[in-house]
Parts: sequence; structure tokens; C-alpha cells
Amino acid sequence: MTAEPPRERLDTFPRLVLHHAAERGRNIAMRHKDLGLWQAWSWSELASNMRGYAAGLSLIGVRRGEAVAIIGSNRPKLYWTFLAVQALGAVPVPMYADAIADELGYVLDDAGCVVAVVEDQEQVDKVLSLKARTPKLRHLLFDEPKGLSDYDPAFLTSIDKTIEAGRARLATDPKFAVAIETSIASGKGEGISVMLYTSGTTGRPKGVTIASARAIAAAASTVAFDKLTDRDLALSYLPLAWVGDHYLNFAQSMVAGFCIACPESAETVQQDLKEIGPSFYFAPPRVFENLLTRITIRMQDAARLQRWLFEAFMAVARRYGEAILDGKKVPLRARLLYGLGTLLVYAPLKNALGFSNIRIAYTAGEAIGPELFSFYRSLGLNLKQLYGQTEAFLYVTCQSDGKIEADAVGAPAPDVDIRIAENGEVQFRSPGMFVSYHKLPEKTAEAMTPDGYVKTGDAGFFNASGQLKIIDRAKDVGRLESDALFAPKYIENKLKFFPNIKEAVAFGNGRKFVACMLNIDFSAVGAWAERRNIVYGSYKELAAHPEVYDMLAGHVAEVNKTLSAEPELCDAQIARFLILPKELDADEGELTRTQKVRRGFIAERYAPLLRALYDGSRTAQIAIEITFEDGRKGELSGRVAIREAQVFPASKREKAA
Amino acid sequence: MNGDSPVPALGPEPTRFLLAVDNVSLSFGGVKAIRGVSFDIRKGEVLALIGPNGAGKTSMLNCINGFYRPQEGHITYKGERRMRMRPYEAASRGIARTFQNVALFQGLSALDNIMVGRNLKMKRGFAWQALRLGPALREEVEHRALVEKIIDFLEIQAIRKALAGTLPYGLQKRVELARALAMEPELLLLDEPMAGMNLEEKEDMCRFILDVNKQFGTTIALIEHDMGVVMDLSDRVIVLDYGRKIAEGTPDEVKRDRLVVDAYLGVAH
Repeated sequence: MTAEPPRERLDTFPRLVLHHAAERGRNIAMRHKDLGLWQAWSWSELASNMRGYAAGLSLIGVRRGEAVAIIGSNRPKLYWTFLAVQALGAVPVPMYADAIADELGYVLDDAGCVVAVVEDQEQVDKVLSLKARTPKLRHLLFDEPKGLSDYDPAFLTSIDKTIEAGRARLATDPKFAVAIETSIASGKGEGISVMLYTSGTTGRPKGVTIASARAIAAAASTVAFDKLTDRDLALSYLPLAWVGDHYLNFAQSMVAGFCIACPESAETVQQDLKEIGPSFYFAPPRVFENLLTRITIRMQDAARLQRWLFEAFMAVARRYGEAILDGKKVPLRARLLYGLGTLLVYAPLKNALGFSNIRIAYTAGEAIGPELFSFYRSLGLNLKQLYGQTEAFLYVTCQSDGKIEADAVGAPAPDVDIRIAENGEVQFRSPGMFVSYHKLPEKTAEAMTPDGYVKTGDAGFFNASGQLKIIDRAKDVGRLESDALFAPKYIENKLKFFPNIKEAVAFGNGRKFVACMLNIDFSAVGAWAERRNIVYGSYKELAAHPEVYDMLAGHVAEVNKTLSAEPELCDAQIARFLILPKELDADEGELTRTQKVRRGFIAERYAPLLRALYDGSRTAQIAIEITFEDGRKGELSGRVAIREAQVFPASKREKAA
Repeated sequence: MNGDSPVPALGPEPTRFLLAVDNVSLSFGGVKAIRGVSFDIRKGEVLALIGPNGAGKTSMLNCINGFYRPQEGHITYKGERRMRMRPYEAASRGIARTFQNVALFQGLSALDNIMVGRNLKMKRGFAWQALRLGPALREEVEHRALVEKIIDFLEIQAIRKALAGTLPYGLQKRVELARALAMEPELLLLDEPMAGMNLEEKEDMCRFILDVNKQFGTTIALIEHDMGVVMDLSDRVIVLDYGRKIAEGTPDEVKRDRLVVDAYLGVAH
């Protein structure tokens, strides 16, 4: 065992591993459920495997500065690959395991990978099919040998064999061993520790290069912020290639010295979560939504007593849960009731979800519904929001314990400097800031301001309590005639949080006021109508019903009320709205395939309605051609009513709750 | 799987036939289910038994594993010739099977169902097992480790704890195969392993059967109706019709056989 590197030189991940091996060598660094058991590797085993693996990679010819692809799900040996590659001064490039061969081919070639380390036969086949396109690729390593016995061993080796070969050489060749140690010891903080490809929703994926010292500085700041220690535990189940996994699990674990656990398979994550009981957890809003749906369905099937208990105590939780979580004052009676609820409902429920030990949970990626967010928080789950991106090596803002708002993403993360540009765009400088886009200097220059801030491309503002609110992509944000800021997606999202509203389309850029077209949610509004004995013959009839208009007018008014409390957006309240007589449909080009509204197309298709929204008429006539699912065409025509919405005076900064 | 398969290597054998069926006849009262059928199952092969409904395929499997007792003929297994073998003996001598209509313990978890497959290999008696003490516990741990390899092999980790009765049909079939594999059989009899499966499930099952054959060297005899599956999987095919063997050969040979075409498409009698 070599001497521990001095603290100030802990700016590469391999040196952090050696540091932990010296400090807490017997603590568990990684776990993986395999063959039904949680296998474990201590920090000293990890250090030894990293050395052996680095030696093995060196033997198959990986050299400083070369790129090594990592493709697969979260498995310890793939995480070791990051470390072994870094130990040689080469660059790990994780790629999305579910990417099709063509996408992989682009990234493998763009990054110039010389070796690919993959999980299993599926990935081996993909990479082999790309051989013609990836001339630089010299070798392929795999983790799971199943089904690979007939493959050409000259090109293909297992990770295990590579480590073994490396170990054997280290043991017999002292000079070689010294070379490997020197390689680890001489790794540079400014060297590239990882290259993360952006998902590429706009154009080709770009390789974002992250410097080792910056990555570690960023992780150290959030580890301190969330008080993560070597006793924490995280389940790493998010894509390896995503900055979120690499930061939250890998980098934070390497800094704090906590254990990361890898699930048995993608299908067993929920069970593994329950078994391992992590203390740090991240999930996108979609996961929380699915879980809530499952809970709701299970409760509907539960016995009457259990259902009653659940409903009664969830009412208590809704009322007091969040206040108790945030350490606010609540009446003693409420505290006792909540305690009883914890015993009977909240704790068992959290246990069933695998949330029992969670100290800190984050969500990010899209807007989370306030009710969804409150549900988990009222159970006592310390769920917070963060905002980040690959170019920042994740964190830009995050919420601190007790200072939680459902519709904001928190104050600037530690050591992050944020400013809002003229056009409303959020720009930042952060400790983990990326170095460049691989081989794309002009794109790198485009993404930065001359004074060194990164442009996020998102528009936002700071609210009264100093938390950042992201309202839309900067390019979609517009201004009314009066120059008031108008953020269509922000307004649409607020409307869509009402279960009765399925889609909303907001207009207003360059116009006098904001106007909206709404889609009712047929099942929610249909059920509502049934309860009230409202008779309707079709979607169109229900959508045009005056009582439905009344109800939606109420929702619009509520949205306006919340807008009025936000100084930046209070002048862009919804003035008029209408309910569309048909559902917006991706088959007709009104939505994208990912269910996003295509505002421009809708404005054209429903031009008479849009005109009427702005010319003051009370009704408008519409006739459009529609295509039925079987391909027949028909015409939809009718009168659509237009309503004025209730507008609230701007209540500047008073009511910012 | 770390290379060590749950199936031990075969010992030295006097013959390359694992099992030979010699002039076997079986009747139920006046109904002749099998009439003087002979064939052999070679070590390491995948053999398919095909034929129209009622041709005697399942009856043949039942004779092989001792479920039925043929009135005439002999079955030679591993060089030992006998009129009948009891199912228990057949199982302990390395013949495992799955059934046409899944026969799992519905109220047990998938894992427990597979553990049942290990029961014959447990040395400790009932009392020891019930107490789960000392040697019995150690033994159970060993068996569980092997079962876990099979679970990994068939990719059913996610349903380990699920009750067999609550699983979809395709997965039940897979659990049944796992249970049969848990016996570390030398001869695996599969009665319509793909019946009622969708295309994807069929493809998975085909891959598992081929992998079992290749990785563990298990000899497999299977009954299957899907001709595409039969052609892809099997080394040899035996065709039965009205209790008689009407053809035998490689899939290609059998496909071109006049009698086989007649049996499947029907001729005027």
C-alpha cells in the first residue's frame, strides 16, 4: 500500500479512492445485488481492483489522453472502469445503454474511443456491428459473459480477465507496478476526468468535457451543503451516461466516501430500493408520479378500515406534514396526530417504497406538480428540487433543507454565481463548469459569454425569497406590446396542473394581452359532469357546456392570481380564453410526438379562433378538416364561446407564499 | 455464471445413446396410444417429437419418465434396460420435465417452486429441514446459490418473490423450466414449452433452450407444434401419427417427407 497522497492533491478520482482506502479501507464502497445476494467491495478492495484494472488496460494498450467508451447499466465493474481509465490519464466516455447502434456509432467515432467496455452480449453485438465505422476501436471488454462464449477472443476480453492479467503483471514486474503508481500519482487536476454526451434533442450530441479538479470541487461543495458523510448510501439506477448519475452517485460518493449500491436489474429497482434503504435519493418527477399512481390504485383495493386510516391520516399529513418537516411551529394536538399517523401510515408506506432511511431526496428535470411534491413531503420525505445541466456538471441551484417551494428550484448552489441576462436568460459560473465541447470550439464559444458565464438557454428570474424560477426556454419567451415578460410554457404548465385541463396553448408575443386555448381532460371533466348530472352527447358538447366554461374560468382565475403575485410576470395574466371543441392530437400535427404543443401550427390551424380572441368577439365560428383514426376525413364545425378571464391587480412582493 | 454449470460433466458411458425406446406400445383399454415405437435419444442433442393432436407425443414422454407403464417394449436409459421406471426414480436418475399445462405450486413463490426442484438432492431428512438448523441450513444455502444461478440464467430476478399463480403465463413457463433445471438433469423433457406464448416470449424461450443445451450439455427432448421453432431448435425430429412413428431425421429431411406432409395436411381415408 502506498502512502496516502497529501490532501491538497486529492483532485483526481483515483487519488480519492486511495485516500479512502487509507482512511476507511474496510468500509463498503460499492454493492451490487448479484445471484440474489448483495455483494460488497470495500474501499481497499476497490483500490486494489482499480490498480489491477488500470494495469490490465495498460497492457491492452490504453494510453494517456485516449478515450474509452463505457456502455451499460449501473454495475460496479463499469464504475471501476471510470477509475481505471482515469488512473491511466485516459478519458472515460459513458454512453446511454439504450441508444441504438447508429447513435452509439456516432459517439464512439466522435470521441475517438480506442476501447469500449460494455455490460453484456447485447452491447457487444451493437458495438461489433459498428466495426466498419469505428476504425480506432481496438478492443472490447465485457462484464457479463452470458452468451459470449463463441465470440472472437482476440478482440473481446472480460473485465475480470483484464484485471487478473493486470494483477499478475503488477506482482511480477516491479517496474511496471511503479509506472502504474506514478501514473496515478501524476494525474493532473486540470486533466479531463470524464466526457459526457448531451442527449442531443437539438442536433447531434455534443461531448461535454469535465475537468477532474472542477468535478471534485463541485461535488465537495454539495457534499458539504447536504452534509453527506461516509455513512450515507445511494442506489445508483439512473443512466451511467447522464450527468445526474455521474455527479450525484459517482462523484459525491468518491468525495464523501459513501457507498453506492447497484441494482440487480432494471426491473428490480423498486425491490432493491426497499432492501438497501438508501439515505440519498434522486428521481425525476415522472418516477414520483408513477409511484403515487401505484399507491392510489393499491389503496383503492385495500380493505375498508385501511382505506379509512389512509385517507384520515393523509388529511392530517396534508395539513401539518410539510410544516413539521420544515421545523415550523404546529399545535401540539397536530404533532401528536402526526406521530400516530407516522406509526400507522406514513412509516409503513415509506418502508414499502424503500424511502425509510432517506435523509435527502432530490427531483429535477421538469416541473413537478405542487400536489405531487407536497404528497411526498407531507409523509416526511425531505424532497427538494435542484436545477442543473451537463455544462455545469449538474448543480446550478438547489433548495436547502426547510426552504422548499414547489414552483421554484432553489437558491444558487454553493459557490455558483448566477445572473439573469437582458433577455431573461439564466447564466452561471460554477465550480464544476465544463471545459469545452469536444472538437467544437465554435459551439463552446457560442455557449459562453465573453466574460466567462455559461448560457443555459433557459429563461428565469429570482422570486421574492431568492429562489430561481425557470419559466421557459429563453428562445420561447416573448414580450407583450407593453413590454411585459410573457412565458408561454410557464403559463401552460400552471394551467395543466389542474386535472381538468389536458392541454393549454398560450399566445401573447407582440400582442396586447395573453390569450389561451384550452383542452378539457375528457375523463376528468366527464366524471365531474356525471356527478353533477350534466348531460352531454360528445366531447364537443361537453367542451362547450357553460358550466364547464365556468369551472375552467375558475382555474384560469387561480392561475392569474398566482401570476399576480410574481412581479416579473404579473402583467402577463390571461385576459381571454376559449375551450377548443376537439382534443389536440399528435396525429394531426398539433402536438409533437413527445406531447408538446406546436404553438405556431395551432395558431395557423385555428386562425379564426385566434383572431376572435384578440378582436373582442364573444363567439367565433370554426370549421376545420379532421382525420379520423381509420383515415376517413371529416369536418368539424361549430361556434366556440370566448370568455373574459378574471384578472388580479399585481400584488407586488407582499404575498409571495 | 463463472463457467461452472449446475450440471456435472457426464461420466464415462458405454454408449452414445442416452436413452433408447425399443418397440414400445401403450394402450388405454381399447385405445392404442402408442404402437411399437422405437427411437433413441443421443447424448447432447435436441430432439423434437412432433405430430398431429392425439399422435401419442405426450404419452411417449410419460412413458420415458415413468408416468405411464407401456404394455410392451423396453426403455433403456444410461445403458440400463427396464420395462418401467417410477417417476421418482426417473427424477433421481436425471430426467426432468415440464408439462403442457404448467404444473407449478400456485401458492408458492417462484423461488420456492424452483427450490422444490432441488429437493431430491437434499441429503438431510424432513425433520432437519423443518428445523433449518446447522447442516440442513448450510445445505439449503448451497442449494439456494445454485438456484440463484438458474434464476440469473433465465433472467427472472424480478419475480423471485412473486407467487407463481399471479404470474403471466409466459413467466410461469419459465419458472417451470427453472424448476426442471434445478434438478440438474441429464435429460430434459419439455412438453410444448412455447404453447400460448407470444412471439417475443417464444424467441426468449428458444434462446434459453439452446443455451441450456449448449452451456450445460443437457440432452433435450421436446414436443412442439410451432414448426418454425422445431426447425430452428432441433438436431433431429421424430414424427408420430396415430401412435406410430412415421418419420425420423433432420428437420429438412422430415419437412420433405411425403407421409409427414400427409399427416399434417390430411389425406382422404
